[in-house]
Amino acid sequence: MKKHTISILVENHFGAFDRVATMFSGKGFNIRSISIGETEIEEISRMTIVTEGDDKIIDQIVKQLNRLIDTIKVVDLTSTPHIERELALIKVNVPKGTMEEIKNINDIFRGNIVDITGRSMTLEITGPPDKIDAAINLLSNFGIKEIARSGIVALKRGEQIKIKKEKNLTT
Amino acid sequence: MKNDPNYMSGAEIFFECLKRENVEYIFGYPGGAVLKIYEHLYDVDFLKHILVRHEQGAVHAAEGYAKASGKVGVVLVTSGPGATNTVTGIADAYMDSVPIVVFTGQVSSHLIGNDAFQEADIIGITRPITKHNFLVRDVKELAPIIKKAFYIASTGRPGPVVVDLPKDVINSKCIFKYPDEVEIRGYKPTYKGNSNQIKKAAEVISKAKRPLLYVGGGVIMSGSSEELKIFARENNLPVTMTLQGLGAFPGTDPLSLGMLGMHGTYWANRAVDNCDVLVSLGARFDDRVTGKVETFCTKAYKIHVDIDPTAIDKNVVVDLPIVGDVKHVLAELAAEMNNPPDTFEWLKQIEEWKNECPLEYEKNDGRLRSEFVIEKIFEKTNGDAVVVTDVGQHQMWTAQHYRYNHPRSNITSGGLGTMGFSLPASIGAAFAVKDRPVISISGDGGFQMNIQELTTAVYNKLPIKIFILNNSFLGMVRQWQELFHKEKYSFTDLGSSNPDFVKVGQAFGIESYSTDNPNEVDSLLDKVMKINDRPTLIEFKVVKEDMVFPMIPSGASISDMMVKRLNPKRMI
Ligand SMILES: Cc1ncc(C[n+]2csc(CCOP(=O)(O)OP(=O)(O)O)c2C)c(N)n1
Ligand SMILES: [Mg+2]
Repeated sequence: MKKHTISILVENHFGAFDRVATMFSGKGFNIRSISIGETEIEEISRMTIVTEGDDKIIDQIVKQLNRLIDTIKVVDLTSTPHIERELALIKVNVPKGTMEEIKNINDIFRGNIVDITGRSMTLEITGPPDKIDAAINLLSNFGIKEIARSGIVALKRGEQIKIKKEKNLTT
Repeated sequence: MKNDPNYMSGAEIFFECLKRENVEYIFGYPGGAVLKIYEHLYDVDFLKHILVRHEQGAVHAAEGYAKASGKVGVVLVTSGPGATNTVTGIADAYMDSVPIVVFTGQVSSHLIGNDAFQEADIIGITRPITKHNFLVRDVKELAPIIKKAFYIASTGRPGPVVVDLPKDVINSKCIFKYPDEVEIRGYKPTYKGNSNQIKKAAEVISKAKRPLLYVGGGVIMSGSSEELKIFARENNLPVTMTLQGLGAFPGTDPLSLGMLGMHGTYWANRAVDNCDVLVSLGARFDDRVTGKVETFCTKAYKIHVDIDPTAIDKNVVVDLPIVGDVKHVLAELAAEMNNPPDTFEWLKQIEEWKNECPLEYEKNDGRLRSEFVIEKIFEKTNGDAVVVTDVGQHQMWTAQHYRYNHPRSNITSGGLGTMGFSLPASIGAAFAVKDRPVISISGDGGFQMNIQELTTAVYNKLPIKIFILNNSFLGMVRQWQELFHKEKYSFTDLGSSNPDFVKVGQAFGIESYSTDNPNEVDSLLDKVMKINDRPTLIEFKVVKEDMVFPMIPSGASISDMMVKRLNPKRMI
């Protein structure tokens, strides 16, 4: 089963997120990661969902997402050139004498050390998800205390997706 | 602003909007959260409010009205229990794509989330069973939301829309202006099919040797029955219909094969199994139609016309999808057909199948059978009545034996299979249809699920013919128990506990009859068909253990079709 990254532009209003989530749970589709945030247009949010399934399932997911009234644009980015990034905060143990080694790993991954408390240190690492996996893998030798991952955000390379401004019909 | 004649309360705006949507009827039930609306309703004369006796009844009535008329059905209920009582009806409308708008009262905005008295998160509850739903957060949004609600419910693949109205929104005021148009950037149904695909379809159909039209409810909803008739007749194409599709094509036409699927006719299912081109029109390859998907219609090139892209390739992968309104597509397809296919041999083959295994039942033992009753009803009405069935064996027998001649005259709960649907839905249908008889057919089980609506029928003097096919059993479940559950008739025998249905009818003030004698059926039907100013009721006491055949067991193939009881001893 292949992973797919789906980018969804939704109306930035009450309930839109729930509709997407309800569709996934109601139809028994998987969500591997999900992120949501504002876009260049105030009333529109972008959701990025990583899901998995065979072609038939992905086809249904895209169609079902499109069917929701609050979704404006749904694109499966997987087969088009696109950029994927994720941010992770990794709180790692710092056993005696390993500080330099951890700092080195952090440098290799172009991370930031955002907190040092006692025997632990928190690194902030951004990049494609496999880079974060690699960093976590290396850091696990020291003992990882906690991880927070943002979920993937993604954009198509090149031209932007055009959206029409909705007429304001409110009286 | 206050002097502006259009400065109105939410409650007034509500009615102004309904007026502009040409709403004739609201099916509703009052309560605290919607009292302000009911206060204004008292003086409203452009529409009629029909007081039901349970909110589920209101939704089914709105569905019956919508299905019979093609217009949007409207429901108004209070918050909390009023709203939650509508849930089954909303789910039913969602499954069968019925255009309704359900207005629910809600506690005041500042109380939402407080577990306030009669608060229920109806937006959350109905999210997966509505086409869309709205919580109105400001009176200024009310008119645009109502406009959108009617638009969404009735366009594209129709469906239910819920509009939740907090009490403070109804009470507060603003200047009313109804939008002239709707603009929803995330919702643009495709009506016109792709012309190249349609051309291709015409080519394929022209060359077919054994083509078959597989017709669903979409043909009725889109008002394409005329187009279908012309297309099928001009090209000599046999037509089989789904449960929801019955009526889309005249059941008495020689090209009609009746229903396909689990309880479809032997010949329709054989035709599906052997056709070389299957043209699906507004149908969704539901599991009651396909049985085991892997063995369903394997020899055919499949063309699928549907307005809902999600229906395509969902259950069965097709060769040629056409997304669009059946009406547009059929018109274009008909125009593209240069030579009709030669189906002479194919129709002859189907005729042979028909003779091989017709719909049969025992006629000579003097006992009353459901099939006989349905045939009699068909005879008396020439297939012209609006027949509203409930769920169970009687529903399948009606689908098999009542040959509907008109669209919008077969009203039944197909997708959700909601017992208790028939009586309230027939009430809605009776408001929509005045020139043809409206007949409600229920089983003894389902009839008791919305029995309170007898009052609504009586109060409104609706000339509904209420027929109960009383087999003293939850018959369809009993059938499965006999066939698949070791004959353990667990909790399906209603015989000893059923009420006296004639007395029930009389208690509600309904002229009621009962018979178990086949010879009385004619005269009883004649008697009630003549009464046109009030409901009437007949209980038909039919054979208890009859089963619906043919039957393709759930998830099985056409080769597994059972055409009669295996063990004749059990034919008690
Ligand atoms: C609300 C609801 N509950 C349960 C069922 C399951 N069910 C399907 S058919 C059936 C039996 C219906 O019995 P009856 O109304 O007497 O009709 P019959 O099959 O005997 O004609 C039942 C219980 C259902 N469809 N709907
Ligand atoms: Mg029964």
